[in-house]
Amino acid sequence: MNLVADVRPTEYEASAVSPAKIRINDLRKEFRAKAGKAFVALDGISVDIDAGTFFVIVGPSGCGKTTLLRILGGLEAPSSGSAVIRQSQPDKPLNSMVFQGDSIFPWMTVWDNAAYGLTLRNVPKGEIRDIVGHYLERTHLTKFAHAYPHQLSGGMRQRVSIARAFANDPEVLLMDEPFSALDEQNKTILQQELLRIWEEHKKTVLFITHSVDEAVTLGDKIMVMTAHPGRAKAVIDVPFARPRSVLELRSTPEYGELVYRIWGYLREEVQQARAEADGEK
Amino acid sequence: MTTIQRMQWRVRVAQSWSLTLRRLTTIQPAKRDRLIGLLSPFVLMLLWEWAARAGLIDIRFFPAPSQIFGTFVKMAEDGTLWANTWASLQRLFWGALLGGIPALVLGVAMGLFRPLRAAIDPLVALTYPIPKSAILPLILLIFGLGEASKIVMVAIGVFYPICINATAGVLEINKIYLDVGRNFRATRWQTFRTVALPGALPFIMSGLKLGVGMGLILIAIAEMIGAKSGLGFMIWNAWEILAVEMMYIGLIMVALIGYLFNMLLTELEQVLIPWKADK
Repeated sequence: MNLVADVRPTEYEASAVSPAKIRINDLRKEFRAKAGKAFVALDGISVDIDAGTFFVIVGPSGCGKTTLLRILGGLEAPSSGSAVIRQSQPDKPLNSMVFQGDSIFPWMTVWDNAAYGLTLRNVPKGEIRDIVGHYLERTHLTKFAHAYPHQLSGGMRQRVSIARAFANDPEVLLMDEPFSALDEQNKTILQQELLRIWEEHKKTVLFITHSVDEAVTLGDKIMVMTAHPGRAKAVIDVPFARPRSVLELRSTPEYGELVYRIWGYLREEVQQARAEADGEK
Repeated sequence: MTTIQRMQWRVRVAQSWSLTLRRLTTIQPAKRDRLIGLLSPFVLMLLWEWAARAGLIDIRFFPAPSQIFGTFVKMAEDGTLWANTWASLQRLFWGALLGGIPALVLGVAMGLFRPLRAAIDPLVALTYPIPKSAILPLILLIFGLGEASKIVMVAIGVFYPICINATAGVLEINKIYLDVGRNFRATRWQTFRTVALPGALPFIMSGLKLGVGMGLILIAIAEMIGAKSGLGFMIWNAWEILAVEMMYIGLIMVALIGYLFNMLLTELEQVLIPWKADK
């Protein structure tokens, strides 16, 4: 009997027992720093994320959470270990990212930006029209379909980015601090909109943020990461019912308690990160 | 006309004059500048005409504008002017195509692929400083005295600015857009078409403008040697038969073509780059 035949059934069994959508196993990522020294961005991260979970990773800046997302998005390769998204529909893309900065193409209209993934995959025109039309309506961009990004506000541009990712209909959505550049009011509005759109299909989401409030508002599960090297410190369940109303949720005492608890995990990490930053100066 | 009517007429003329003067002084600066810009060549021409007639300048070298215009009408009527202009325009067009398209493809590819850039960059840097006119004898040797050598000269002139600008344009594209392309699984061709090319287009357009200017210089030079038609030939021929007016007409036509092309390309820019148009 050869090895391949031996391995396959066990893999199959494993996935049957735990239907993890994203499986991150002992993931490590090093970058070559200047003096030939390796900089460890991520170390020993293992986590299973179930299908349909809104999974939030929260951590101090520089903890490698963006690197983790970029590995899943196929933009970086891990140094060791693995990060795998389980494919359930072979004709759909594995993931689509919503980037932190301005990432919609300035040379395309709002419509063409939102249709980008579908156009690349040669989806029939009629289908593109329906899907893009739907998500532009959901993100309140229908009126601006033919505008160019420079004519939009920052919040609207980030909406286009969200519409682009959702319209691509991937197995998993990867979001890298999509609201961090927005002002407080816009942030709250977009969080609510994101929740509403997400609740239509409940796709698996991996959402990265440095804001504890945002994590508790949006997530089903929250993973707190340590600062430098980034390790998983704790995974916390968020018990709040859905659909959620951002403002109402934030007014409940349970919300405050959970935020306080997560801050407890995070506080020492933030302090450590600051101490390290001061030490480097 | 009665005396009263004449007086009224005078008053009206005086009024309109004072109004014009007032308008000229109260006009918006942008409009006024444009007006001055339109008027200054005419004023210069009037001065020139007057100086030529008064015998202040040597009309063997600086014939009066009216004289030049007379020759212009004659050459326009017998068709030689249009035949030569058309010959130059055709060479310019084919040369721009022959040099521009490979320059565009190579330039964008160099921006996208580091190894290619590493290989080609030194070659471009080394050959770019050679005065293009100094290559003419070699080009004549290789391509002969016919059309090909002229077209190739234009192509060489157009090639460099477009290639260099296209590479720079791609390198200027924010990396996040290339990340988006990768995350959405764009193929190489799709990345070229949807990210690299549109992202570099503003740079490519200024390269094209520079290239057409260079092409115009080179076509004039190339046509002076071993050509039987074209504006360069016309200018050179004018020197040989001492037809100074014809020489000026050649120069004016070259200037006009350059000016018109620049205007056309600026228009084209507005159409091709709408995301920059109304910033």
